[in-house]
Formats: sequence, structure tokens, C-alpha cells
Amino acid sequence: MANQAFPRPQLTGQPVSQKTTVEPKTRPLPLMPSSSGEVADRLFGFAMLTCAVAILGLLVLIVYELVGRSQLSWHAFGWKFFAGRDWNPVEEHFGALPFIYGTLVSSLLALIIAVPLAVGVAVFTTEMCPKWLRGPLSFTTELLAAIPSVIYGLWAIFVLVPLLRQYVQPFLARTLGWTGLFEGPPYGIGMLAAGIILAIMIVPIISSITREVLMVVPQHQREGVLALGATRWEMIRIGVLRNARAGILGGVILGLGRALGETMAVTMVIGNRPEIARSLFAPGYTMASVIANEFSEATGDVYLSALIEIGLALFLVTIVVNALARLMVWSVTRGLPARAHV
Amino acid sequence: MGVTIHVENLNAWYGKVQALHDINLKFEPNHATALIGPSGCGKSTFIRCLNRMHETIPEARVKGRVRIGELDAYNGTSATQLRRRVGMVFQKPNPFPSMSIYDNVASGLKLNGVRNRKQLDEVVERSLNASALWDEVKDQLHKQSGAGLSGGQQQRLCIARALAVEPEVLLMDEPCSALDPISTGKIEELIFQLKEQYTIVIVTHNMQQAARVAEFTGFFLLGKVIEFDKTEKIFTNPSNKRTEDYITGRFG
Ligand SMILES: Nc1ncnc2c1ncn2[C@@H]1O[C@H](COP(=O)(O)OP(=O)(O)OP(=O)(O)O)[C@@H](O)[C@H]1O
Ligand SMILES: [Mg+2]
Repeated sequence: MANQAFPRPQLTGQPVSQKTTVEPKTRPLPLMPSSSGEVADRLFGFAMLTCAVAILGLLVLIVYELVGRSQLSWHAFGWKFFAGRDWNPVEEHFGALPFIYGTLVSSLLALIIAVPLAVGVAVFTTEMCPKWLRGPLSFTTELLAAIPSVIYGLWAIFVLVPLLRQYVQPFLARTLGWTGLFEGPPYGIGMLAAGIILAIMIVPIISSITREVLMVVPQHQREGVLALGATRWEMIRIGVLRNARAGILGGVILGLGRALGETMAVTMVIGNRPEIARSLFAPGYTMASVIANEFSEATGDVYLSALIEIGLALFLVTIVVNALARLMVWSVTRGLPARAHV
Repeated sequence: MGVTIHVENLNAWYGKVQALHDINLKFEPNHATALIGPSGCGKSTFIRCLNRMHETIPEARVKGRVRIGELDAYNGTSATQLRRRVGMVFQKPNPFPSMSIYDNVASGLKLNGVRNRKQLDEVVERSLNASALWDEVKDQLHKQSGAGLSGGQQQRLCIARALAVEPEVLLMDEPCSALDPISTGKIEELIFQLKEQYTIVIVTHNMQQAARVAEFTGFFLLGKVIEFDKTEKIFTNPSNKRTEDYITGRFG
């Protein structure tokens, strides 16, 4: 089909301009007037389609492999695998609950700490800080994301953990010990340390996405709120954050995704003990950590299969979390007016 | 009730560029005053100095005196205090898209700490009535987002939002420039009614509009007030040659 808006010039060997002198000069010419261009276009489209399908195929293949190789463990333990608290390679009895618990709790903890911090940083850089500081500040935040996680792990071991052990944990135990979340011996190493180091690692992602979202909030929204006599903070809350919440949620999801799968730094500080304890001071273990730690030493077939099943579960948890979060974003962006909490 | 606005020796800058030079004007209560002039002459800058929106732009600066009734805008009055009494309607309708129609109108009151449901209901209905939007939206107050209305409806919603906090002055910066003739007509009619209670300052590029709604008109050129007089006088018998040239379309 010829495109009506962009008629193709006849290729008769004559310069196009001679035949079309009556036409206004501004008429847009097609970028690729030759038919060989169209073939290339189709080829390109086909190549892109192949890539897209390949990605989907890769996903299916991963699931297929994980499912296939975890069969042994699946047949041995069934659903109880995810409810079992016992992880015993000697007796070949495996339950993954402590790892699932460790992954979810450490990630949740990370979010609780990181989200206010990241949003605060983003709000500060876009709305409050003087212009000259804006560039360096965002640059440094972004740079944090580029630090290898093993370095974070080292830092945590040498700086964070002693700090927690000596000051933070005794303080928390004294003030909030009654909640049961902060009791027991302050080792430093444990769930709390893992949550904090994860938080530090996901702050750059969340804040850089949030910053981008805040920057596209139109100026007239800010002015609209200000003109009603709002203070600066009210303007940020109503005119900026409210309008950007879907995007902020997107950044939080990405952060969560990173936290769930993060392995190295967490492994170095979480304590690596498959236990479920109420206290955040207690050591724990995550799904990613147990795979990384024990994969190379897994001797028995069932042992190996159990680790792969944990991998499968981690994969599924990540997918479900992401799907849920996207659903939330979707419901927010559909444009239903939520009740104002002005 | 509207209040008198006195502007004395007002100068405004964007960085080093001076956008307003020694403006002296007086706006009468319960009247509408139109500001006209070619693009870039400083009308928006001026109107934004009246509610201190100008200073929200980085590096923007103001010198001079503005009195809104008994308030001295740049001396002893906070910007928030001032803006609660000087409402503003922008050129581009800017309802809050994440709020329902109701919440859009109520937003100013909620900022002021009003929580009483009955009082909010009353004010929302009154403001939407005042902006001639009530009949069109009354069935979807809570269902419809502020951004889900037509352009003209959005602008009337913004007017309702400004009126809800019961200001004394209403500033309008080309409120109809994004609207079709019918919506424009509605808003002009509205201005005509509103000026019984408010001091209205309206920037417009449309001379007929200025002639229709405003008792007084000021002509701006290159950041200065060239002429300020009764609208009739400006449009029929201006005393300045440049005003005449502009009115008769002899220059842009
Ligand atoms: N944010 C800004 N930064 C720097 N200069 C600005 C800014 N806004 C306006 N100006 C300058 O100030 C002068 C007056 O602008 P203003 O917006 O007040 O004009 P206006 O009369 O409202 O024009 P229009 O009719 O096009 O809206 C112009 O020369 C403009 O270039
Ligand atoms: Mg303007």
C-alpha cells in the first residue's frame, strides 16, 4: 500500500527536484525511497521479532530446566518442601521455609528502610537543593549503584556490623525490645544487618527512578498547588509526589526485585543459619545465599535437586512479586481518582 | 468582597534581565481590569508578582510595593498567607489529575485544615455553581478525575478550585486561550458575575474579550505600562500613539 501522506517519487533517473518544482519544498521525502529499503525494513522487523521470541524462549527454557532438575526433590517432599523448616543434608531431608522467610523478611526490611530514604533523596535533589548541587548529588547516588556487591559486603562486615553490635542493637533492644523484634544477643551479623545493607544497595535504583519521575511532573501542577496557598512541603506532597506515585511505585518494585535476588552482600552478613526467628537480631538465610553457598558442595542428587527447587521458588517469588506490583501500578495509572488525603 | 490593589514602583527580574520597569497601578475592588499587550511584554510576569508566584522561579527577583487591601504583599506577609487571599487561574487548565472533581475543589480548604464533611460539601457545591460547572458534573463528583473533563470544563474546575478558598482577588492569566468559543463565552459570563464579589485582574490577548468583561484596561509594552484607563477610553480614544497602534493592529 502506498502511503498517502508520503507519496513515493517516481524513480526515472531524473533528479526528483526537477519533476517536483511545483511542490512546496517542505514536503517530507521518504527516508528510504527504494524498494530494497523495504526489504531491509522487513528483514529488520523479522530480526527484532526473533529477538523478542528468543527472550520469551529463554524464559520458558529456564523454567523448563529448573522444573526438570528439581523433580527429584519435588517427588521426595512435594508441597511440604515449602513448609518444612528442616534443612538436613546428612539425612537428606530438606525444607525451604527458612530461606523463603529470610528472603522475604530481609527484602521487606530493606524496602522499609530504603523507600523513605530514596524518595527523600529524590525530592531533595529535584525540589529543594540548589542547582549547583543537583548534578554532583545525582551523580554520586548513581555511582553507588555501580559498586560491586562484594564490596558492600566487605564494608558491611568491617563497618556496619561492628556499629550495629556496639551501638545500634543495644539501643534498639533497650527501646523497642518489648516488640520482640529486637531481642537476643546482639551479634551484629544477622537479619537486621542484611536488611540494612540491602537497603543501602537499592536506594540508588529507587531514588534515580523517583527523581526521573518527579522531574517530568509538569511545572503547572506545582504552581497550581502553590497558588492555593500551600507551603513548600504541601506542594511537594500534593503537587509532586501524588502525581508521581505510580512511577515511584515502579522504582520501588525494581528495588524489591534487586533485593530479592541479591546474593553476595547478604550472604556475607546474614549469618547463614536456616532458622526462623522473630527477632531481627538473629541470623537467617536467604534463598539466593543457600544456593550460592551450598551448590558446589551438594553431593547427593536429592541435595542438588532441593537447591534447584529453591532456585525455582526464588524465580517464582520474583515473578509473582513483580506481577503483583505491576498490577498495582496498572490500577493506579488507569486514572481512577483515589480519595484525596490532602 | 474584593479589595483594592495598589502597585507602587514594581520592578521584576529574571536573573539579570529586567522584565518589569517601575509599574504603578491601582485596581478597583469589585471590578475587572484587563491587561493587554504584545507577547513577551511582561503581563504574566506582572500578574504573577501580585500573588508572589514570580519568586518561585529560580533567580527571579522583585522590588517594589504591592498592597492587597490592608496586606503589604512583600512586607510582613508570608507568600502562603497572601496566596490564600489572591486566587489564580492559569493559562493552561491545571486540575490535579490524581484527584476527583470534588477533591480538586476541596483541595484548598483541606490545605487550610477544614475537615468537616458538611462544610466541604457546601463549599464544593457553591464553588462549582459559581463557576457554572455544577450541573455538568454533579453526578460524577467522586467518580470522575479532574483531568477527565473537557478543556473548558477543566478551566471552570480550576476557577471553582480558586474560588473555594474565598479569595478577595482573582488573577486570571489568559484563562480562555486554550478554549473554544462556547467555553470562552461561559467563562466570560462567569467573570462578569464574579466581579461583583472579587477584584479581578485578567490578562488577555483578545481585545473583544477585554472590552466585554473589563471596566479598566492597562496596556503593557516592553515591561512598562504605557496606558491605563477606562476600557472604553482605551479602545475608542487612547491618548498614547502606541496604544492606538496596538489596538488598531498596526503592530504586533
Ligand atoms: N522563566 C523565565 N525566565 C527568564 N525569562 C523569562 C521567563 N519568563 C518570562 N521571561 C521573559 O520575561 C519577559 C516577559 O514575559 P511574560 O511571560 O511576562 O510575557 P507575557 O506578556 O505574559 O507574554 P505572553 O503574552 O506571550 O504570555 C519576556 O521577555 C520573557 O522572555
Ligand atoms: Mg503570558
